[in-house]
Amino acid sequence: MYTSVKVFVPQGSLGAGMFPEEVDHALALGPHAIAVDAGSTDSGAAYLAKGMSKNDRGSVKKDLELLMGMQHTAGIPILIGTSGQAGGDLNVDWTRDIVLEIAEERGYTPKIALLYSEQSPRLVKQKLADGKIAALPPLGDLDEETIDTCLHIVALMGPEPYFAALDAGADIVIGGRSSDPAVIAAYPLWKGAPAGPSWHAGKIAECGAQATTAATGQRGVLIEIHEDGFDVEPVDPRFRATTDSIPVHLLYENKNPWKLTEPGGELDVQDCEYVQVTEAKVRVTGSKWTPQPYTMKLEGASGNLFQTIMIVGITDPDVLAEPQAFHDKMLFVLTERAKSATGLDEDEFHISLRMYGWNGVSGMPPAPGSVPLEIGLMAVITANTQALASEVAKACNPYFFHMPLRSGMELPSYGWAFSPGDIDRGAVYQFVLNHVVSVEHPLELVRIETLETPSAGRLVSSAQAQ
Amino acid sequence: MPKLSEVTRHVRSKAAGPFWVSVDVMFDGQENFDRYSASPALSAESIAAVYGVDAATVSLYPIPALKVLKVSYPRKSPQGGVEERDMHSGQQYTYLLDTEL
Repeated sequence: MYTSVKVFVPQGSLGAGMFPEEVDHALALGPHAIAVDAGSTDSGAAYLAKGMSKNDRGSVKKDLELLMGMQHTAGIPILIGTSGQAGGDLNVDWTRDIVLEIAEERGYTPKIALLYSEQSPRLVKQKLADGKIAALPPLGDLDEETIDTCLHIVALMGPEPYFAALDAGADIVIGGRSSDPAVIAAYPLWKGAPAGPSWHAGKIAECGAQATTAATGQRGVLIEIHEDGFDVEPVDPRFRATTDSIPVHLLYENKNPWKLTEPGGELDVQDCEYVQVTEAKVRVTGSKWTPQPYTMKLEGASGNLFQTIMIVGITDPDVLAEPQAFHDKMLFVLTERAKSATGLDEDEFHISLRMYGWNGVSGMPPAPGSVPLEIGLMAVITANTQALASEVAKACNPYFFHMPLRSGMELPSYGWAFSPGDIDRGAVYQFVLNHVVSVEHPLELVRIETLETPSAGRLVSSAQAQ
Repeated sequence: MPKLSEVTRHVRSKAAGPFWVSVDVMFDGQENFDRYSASPALSAESIAAVYGVDAATVSLYPIPALKVLKVSYPRKSPQGGVEERDMHSGQQYTYLLDTEL
């Protein structure tokens, strides 16, 4: 018979900076597992493309020290999803090394499971040829050329690989790219909890205590999954979950407020009821889960364009009086200069000018009569190689520095903040896949590896072919 | 005619994955929700015009229980592209605040 399961979700993003007192608050509530998301696509494709973390190593280590201390004390597992921001193999291994370092320093001997969901371009092409890949709007059908532009490709895991890790007795599961709610729902589901409440609780808790009056992903929540619903409350008694704060969170970073498509099914929360059961705790009932054919979302990051940027500050009253005319003239002058200096055709480079203080964010015309106090002018120069982007920027530099609003005016000199003024920014990383792949079973595209740490510094590795 | 910012307690926007943006328009009170959430100024066509996208791709989700109108539309160019100005789409809501209802 199913009895309720409690999961502590310490924060919205591993490395966000956990407050040490939350460990005691959480332990007092008797959680059966700890689950935390460590990534997102929100901050762009660079982290998948480069296999690097967004949060710095020291911050991630500090949070992991607190969580591994809890794991050691309470003997409950830690499940980490989308490790190292993007959940590619490199991001997983980066997180693994921090966990092993802490284990060695503290003399812990956890059993560690690694869940890898990175996919080779060859396999993705095979799936495409087999008709197993479908596009999600707004993108169209996939082609081989797009697959070839990807530096890394990951498939979004559901809870099943976490079940396999728990079956293998893992104390710490370091997961690659995973659905955020799946990581949090995995332990209750593994224990036989009902699917609707488990997935819904996973979605509500994915950002830690953001869905409570704490209103920050740095704080933690406890979810408890019952037979017919779930409870959610912040672990710190100073904060509260309310019948306003909890349902509103389902809107967050989500296209449809009532339905979430997840690996293996769809969550429907349209008919849910939210009841305040204690001052700080909300009970949610009515969450429905409908199983569907199992698909995994593919994410791929390209990085085949490169940028150099230049920034000047402008307080020249002539320019401030006619920003749009200045912008248009500058764009024309820089484009002509780049062509004549480098011999490139106009389609071999791209110049974008952003006037911060005027319309740098929107790119749209401001209200009539608007006058900026200052303009931060950024030139973003894009080309097929870093060398070319840099060459175009250097050719443009004197004009960017000195171009007057109208010819015949005294030569102005705009305000640089740096020397040299042109900054090679690196690659333009973009997500180029928005497709799903059908799989025979949830572990088909997942590789699971377990690490024993029988004593500090000595590892036994065993790879399990799936 | 009030502006959207005068009848809402909060409006926010955020990326919903790399290809979509979602705006949550949180009305101030039931009366404002009932009166303005279906305003022609907040129709798919009007939203599409503000963001320069095809009206057929704009989804509107009125949520009476929360007094929220959720608006989702595809990005004009994918996140992180050559012309990117708002990586997380966190500033996109501001272009609706002065909408006359």
